[in-house]
Amino acid sequence: MAMIEFKNVEKYYGDFHALTNINLKIESGETVVLIGPSGSGKSTLIRTVNGLETVEGGELIVNDQDLANKKTDMNRIRKNVGMVFQHFNLYENKTVLENIMLAPRLVLKRNKSENEKIAQALLAKVGLADKGNSYPKQLSGGQKQRVAIARSLAMKPKALLFDEPTSALDPEMIGDVLNVMKDIAKDSDMTMLVVTHEMGFAKQVADRVIFMDSGKILEDAPSAQFFDNPKEPRAKQFLSQVLNH
Amino acid sequence: MINILQNHLSEFISGFGITLLSSVIALVLSLVLGTIFAIMEVVPNKGARVIARIYIEIFRNIPLLVITMFFYVVVTKIFAMSGLTAGTIGLALYTSAFIAETVRAGILAVDSGQMEGARANGLTFWQAMQYIVLPQAFKIVIPPLGNQFINLVKNSSTLAFVAGFDLMYQGNEIASTTFDTINTYIVVGIFYLIITLPLSYYMRYLEKKLA
Ligand SMILES: Nc1ncnc2c1ncn2[C@@H]1O[C@H](COP(=O)(O)OP(=O)(O)OP(=O)(O)O)[C@@H](O)[C@H]1O
Ligand SMILES: [Mg+2]
Repeated sequence: MAMIEFKNVEKYYGDFHALTNINLKIESGETVVLIGPSGSGKSTLIRTVNGLETVEGGELIVNDQDLANKKTDMNRIRKNVGMVFQHFNLYENKTVLENIMLAPRLVLKRNKSENEKIAQALLAKVGLADKGNSYPKQLSGGQKQRVAIARSLAMKPKALLFDEPTSALDPEMIGDVLNVMKDIAKDSDMTMLVVTHEMGFAKQVADRVIFMDSGKILEDAPSAQFFDNPKEPRAKQFLSQVLNH
Repeated sequence: MINILQNHLSEFISGFGITLLSSVIALVLSLVLGTIFAIMEVVPNKGARVIARIYIEIFRNIPLLVITMFFYVVVTKIFAMSGLTAGTIGLALYTSAFIAETVRAGILAVDSGQMEGARANGLTFWQAMQYIVLPQAFKIVIPPLGNQFINLVKNSSTLAFVAGFDLMYQGNEIASTTFDTINTYIVVGIFYLIITLPLSYYMRYLEKKLA
């Protein structure tokens, strides 16, 4: 059963055609990396999956519900689909533990002791067991991003979306975050869609690589095949650019 | 000055009490109303935004005294009300328009990533507002809110025009019977300071504490 399926999806910002005829199927448990030049529509595409952007045409089935249908309850989708942002978006007025526990408490009505136990375990998993009572502004970028990942995981989602999770980080912080993501990808039930420029991560972890340009998907191939022998000239060119610097 | 205060202590105290009562009620009401209209201004629903805009533009662009008179003279024909009530309602509505603008500015000053993060995390718009955006917005606007509160206390002197029996009303009465205008209004001014100075100090304290 596909976790995420785009069927002829169209997206406009006013007159601007941001996504053109997107067809994409991501099976439950798959890890898919989405790459492409700046402005190609990667963020737009990933943000449609949890309804942060609406779609104007086609069908977008996520966890058996159609997001193209205006009647679909976005909150129900978001319970099952977490998202990690480039700029973390941690709650600035809450401690690390409160950040992780808020949505499970409000949305899932998880009881306090269980909530705390799960939150502590997740903090340990991302290597921040001692930071529970810190506020976001007291953390480094890499630590913030790991908290953001823990916050998403606390909802026990079926799928996780990552939009350039390491692009705002100092180089020495990137490894820690990627390691946490690799760990999550090992979980065979977790579906992951990742926008990233980290080609090492894509090669090592992704089952498939999607290459986008100008709002269209130009190539969709198993990771090894994509990196060894990209078919599209635009993808070849893009790869030579990102791999040579 | 001491004479005026001694001879008319009970009037001053009763006026002070009314001013304090009216100010506290109007402050709470205007904060609640102002926050509601501030949120209405930022919700996705266009109808709500238009309603909030109309409300705010009406009440912040008409003199307070006119609003109060409207309740004291017109509305009272349908719902009978005292000068105190009319004055307090006028004060609350008038101030709520300014508070709405202040709180709205605070909401807009909170990074949009906070709302987005909360929504992506599964919170509803209202939960995100309540737990994440509003607490941060209020923290940002404590200094201008403090100004609004202080203005509110001073503006409560409009009650004097509608027989509200507030501090200003009592002062006017005492001045017109004793002809000791200067001393009377000095005492009145001091009584206002007894409310506004601690209020101003408290807002500063809050600002520091939450920083
Ligand atoms: N809210 C918006 N309103 C109008 N146009 C937008 C909006 N968001 C994105 N766009 C446009 O849509 C196109 C795709 O943007 P998007 O952010 O999806 O690209 P991207 O592939 O994520 O780029 P980057 O690598 O720089 O993050 C761009 O041309 C952008 O200017
Ligand atoms: Mg982007």
